[in-house]
Amino acid sequence: MSVDDATVRKIARLARIEIHEDKVTKMANELNGILNWIEMLNEVDVNGVEPMASAVAIALPMRDDAVTDGNIQSSILKNAPKADSGFFVVPKSVE
Amino acid sequence: MTNLTELNLHQALSGLAAGDFTSTELTQSYLNSIEAQNTNLNAYLVVTGDKALEMARASDARRAVGNVGALEGIPLGIKDLFCTKGVRTTAASKILGEFAPEYESSVTTNLWRDGAVMLGKLNLDEFAMGSSNETSAFGNVVNPWKRKGSNVALTPGGSSGGSAAAVAAHMCLGATATDTGGSIRQPAAFTGTVGIKPTYGRCSRYGIVAFASSLDQAGPIARNVKDSAIMLQSMMGHDVKDSTSLNVAVPDLVAAMANGVKGMKIGIPKEYRVDGMPEEIESLWQQGIAWLKGAGAEIVDISLPHTKYALPAYYIVAPAEASSNLARYDGMRFGARVDGNDLTDTYEKTRATGFGEEVKRRILIGTYVLSAGYYDAYYLRAQKVRARILEDFTNAWTKCDAILTPTAPSAAFGLGEKSDDPIKMYLNDVFTVTANLAGLPAISIPAALDVDGLPLGLQIIGKALDEETIYSVASVMEQAANFSARP
Amino acid sequence: MTQTSVPAYTAFKTARPDQWVKSVTGDWEIIVGMEVHAQVSAKSKLFSGASAAYGGDPNSHVAMVDAGMPGMLPVINKFVVEQAVKTGLGLGAKINLWSRFDRKNYFYPDLPQGYQISQYLYPIIGEGSLEVASEDGSMIMVGIERIHLEQDAGKSIHDLDPNSTYVDLNRSGCALMEIVSKPDIRSADEAANYFKNLRALVRYLETCDGNMDEGSMRADVNVSVRRPGGELGTRCEIKNVNSTKFVGMAVNYEARRQIEILEDGGTIDQETRLFDVKTGQTRTMRSKEDAHDYRYFPDPDLLPLILDEAWVENIRANLPELPAAMKARFQSQYGLSAYDADVLVADKDFAVFYEEVAKGRDAKIANSWMTVELFGWLNKNGKELSQSPISAAALGGLVGLITDGTINGKIAKDVFSKMIESGDEAAVIVDREGLKQTTDTGAIEASIDALMATNPEKVAEAREKPKMLGWWVGQVMKATGGKANPAIVNEILKGKLGIE
Repeated sequence: MSVDDATVRKIARLARIEIHEDKVTKMANELNGILNWIEMLNEVDVNGVEPMASAVAIALPMRDDAVTDGNIQSSILKNAPKADSGFFVVPKSVE
Repeated sequence: MTNLTELNLHQALSGLAAGDFTSTELTQSYLNSIEAQNTNLNAYLVVTGDKALEMARASDARRAVGNVGALEGIPLGIKDLFCTKGVRTTAASKILGEFAPEYESSVTTNLWRDGAVMLGKLNLDEFAMGSSNETSAFGNVVNPWKRKGSNVALTPGGSSGGSAAAVAAHMCLGATATDTGGSIRQPAAFTGTVGIKPTYGRCSRYGIVAFASSLDQAGPIARNVKDSAIMLQSMMGHDVKDSTSLNVAVPDLVAAMANGVKGMKIGIPKEYRVDGMPEEIESLWQQGIAWLKGAGAEIVDISLPHTKYALPAYYIVAPAEASSNLARYDGMRFGARVDGNDLTDTYEKTRATGFGEEVKRRILIGTYVLSAGYYDAYYLRAQKVRARILEDFTNAWTKCDAILTPTAPSAAFGLGEKSDDPIKMYLNDVFTVTANLAGLPAISIPAALDVDGLPLGLQIIGKALDEETIYSVASVMEQAANFSARP
Repeated sequence: MTQTSVPAYTAFKTARPDQWVKSVTGDWEIIVGMEVHAQVSAKSKLFSGASAAYGGDPNSHVAMVDAGMPGMLPVINKFVVEQAVKTGLGLGAKINLWSRFDRKNYFYPDLPQGYQISQYLYPIIGEGSLEVASEDGSMIMVGIERIHLEQDAGKSIHDLDPNSTYVDLNRSGCALMEIVSKPDIRSADEAANYFKNLRALVRYLETCDGNMDEGSMRADVNVSVRRPGGELGTRCEIKNVNSTKFVGMAVNYEARRQIEILEDGGTIDQETRLFDVKTGQTRTMRSKEDAHDYRYFPDPDLLPLILDEAWVENIRANLPELPAAMKARFQSQYGLSAYDADVLVADKDFAVFYEEVAKGRDAKIANSWMTVELFGWLNKNGKELSQSPISAAALGGLVGLITDGTINGKIAKDVFSKMIESGDEAAVIVDREGLKQTTDTGAIEASIDALMATNPEKVAEAREKPKMLGWWVGQVMKATGGKANPAIVNEILKGKLGIE
């Protein structure tokens, strides 16, 4: 599989990373280099193999339903670039 | 008083216990060492001098009333991927801005619980993505080692370059680090130090800036095997705040060091003999085999047939997970925001400005392989290849108890030498990445110097949860190698 | 299993002809499926220990995990899992002992992690069904496709500042059950009833409080139209509809909107729409760019959710009585009609109230006094049952006095009003005002004799027009101050007037 400039722009938008037009082709080439190298995985016979979802073969541990956290508004907002009256202030978004 | 920084970790513990010196004195020596060397090496991003002395004094006070933890009074460096409460944590990236977490990672909590002292935060490749510490937003780390007769600045390896350099240059008694594809072991090999990545799930990932969740593991970088064992024992342990943390007892690794290797079967995987591997690496490997044979181990040839697919599989799985883990770095709730025309523009400018080139590359690859239509071909397939790699090891364990390989395909290279070709850089991890994919523990110990006088490391890979065997083998090899060279 | 094999919508059932929408070029049937998001009743969140309670100061019910801070990790709430299992059992659904969490990746300020932890390929609950009343009185089964657990997002407030959005993450990370129906619904009424019954069920199970004002339950309604039995049309999704009434209105409007477009020869664009409660219309949402490539993959911070079969069976054994079973019991135990029973079990509060009113008293009178008299008063005064000025016990007291003949129905109405005014119990009022019904036949006979004496022409009329009996009964009641027992008055009158 290979990516062209249009695909790079699309992926960059999905990843919310701005790429200047004059860098798009370079990025496409770099990504293609990596993707071509990755192609060799197609040589492997993976018939009937379950994907390895986790290195740890245990069931999901569960916790009790109790309020043990939160109520730390000032800590939550401490590192905010912009906060007001207890809220995070972010650029206007539309529904 | 001899230069206190000459004492290694376990020697310092004895010295403190004997009252030869205080933690405050010891810590001050390290702060002096940092001041003398850090400008050149750039290992530390933040030096927490006041806090270190405060912690040291508190340790001395505890010792005075008989409260002595396993790492009491020992000054350590912390890779700047671990969240440390109230202390700026950058992940070596601009995007975190002046972020100072209001919480502490579980691993460092364990260290402070055991009485250790924090000297500062150590440099790394940005978001742990790299094998040479050349992607940090705050400058390269320089390896304290140099080639004989050369002044060329060398890489300490990555991503834990700062940790490895600081330990090698005696700027701390030990350092925490993380390993996702070899980021502890490869820098340890490049700097003549001991670095171990334990079994996945041994150390909690809570409070460690996540790179690739199914691969990341914390571990120590130390001057010798015993120091490494002491630190790892402290760092390990079940944590309810991490759902992937294993609920198993912490073994006595120091005790395991004395077990020897008599009757042990050591596997030598033929696929680790790669094309173009330097002669020196091959002879080092043979030397390691001889040492173990000499100590009573049996050498067994084994095959790990899917070895060559490990790196490509890793470069699908790790970027995919990273692309999702790094989505939270958006300038909305913390970190450096770059204002744009609207919300989307703000996201895009914030992340374009805040992330370095390698991080962007990996996020884009990761986004691509997970995107509509490609999931089956890439991510799903890579996870199946991963299962095959684990299968290879499971089969190997029927024939041997531990596996011996070189750690890296070369010694430390010059800064800038490989940084223009991503794949050339990725090949640094060819020997280490299999252990991450399979979740197995693996250690690198310094074995010899190459023709340029640079350290070379040997790697021991063990069965899941069998860190004890690793330390038995490592201890034997350390004695046999008798590696005493200094940078 | 591949990424693309999530079951697509299928729709075998054709609507009844009385449900077809007639228009210029012929008939259309409406196909509706619903995805209901129900917030799980629990003290803490799905993956963190912060409070899941409604309200609170902004960002006060938020743990570092919920704020998506660096290095934070999810740990699942066992009780929430139990609640999901309970809900599945209540819908007769398959409980998947093995299920998995996936990340749904997209960027939005109220989604701090940059992904939502949800279940995509392997949900915790499989297929089930819910019985729903159709508008013709028949009962239909609406299939449930699946239920999965997922995190709720925070809240974005756009009107506190003209240039910014204010974000409150209190809701971020709260546990949601997404209940997905099969597209078995064929009309606005069925859709409204489905939502109503689903709400009643989760309230019975106490797995969700169904509080629409607090956003505990909201529906995404998928509507499409087709020729009866024909090929499926393109569907539009109407998001976040939060009342039974609005569900019905949205379906009606949207179906007709689509039919109008198709009749004009146009095509339906698949899109997401919002229901405007002021206009009763649906309108396009501002499109979210790249809204649809969520890049689902298994969350590597979590392991598969594995349920112990014995644990599930224990939950099953301890389920409370469900609406369907309660409805059947009300019919057999209280002799109520299916319709009446349906009204009472529509809400757990109604059923509980009713049983207390009816305890030891005439069940049908209890029903009529509750659903006609009390509900009538509540509706007129814009109040909910929970705000009733008369408690179940008090109403029961009134019904008891009617049941044992102490007062008649007419007097009871008077007592009812006085109970509301004064807050006093029925028995107290009856005593105080001497409202006990007269059963003294002697007094009644005397009244009748007196009336017959003064109205001889009416006596003759009564014999010719039996309907005149009503006038006589009225007169006797007036003469006795309304306290005579009407049944006895009837009997004696008939005898004296010589009517059969």
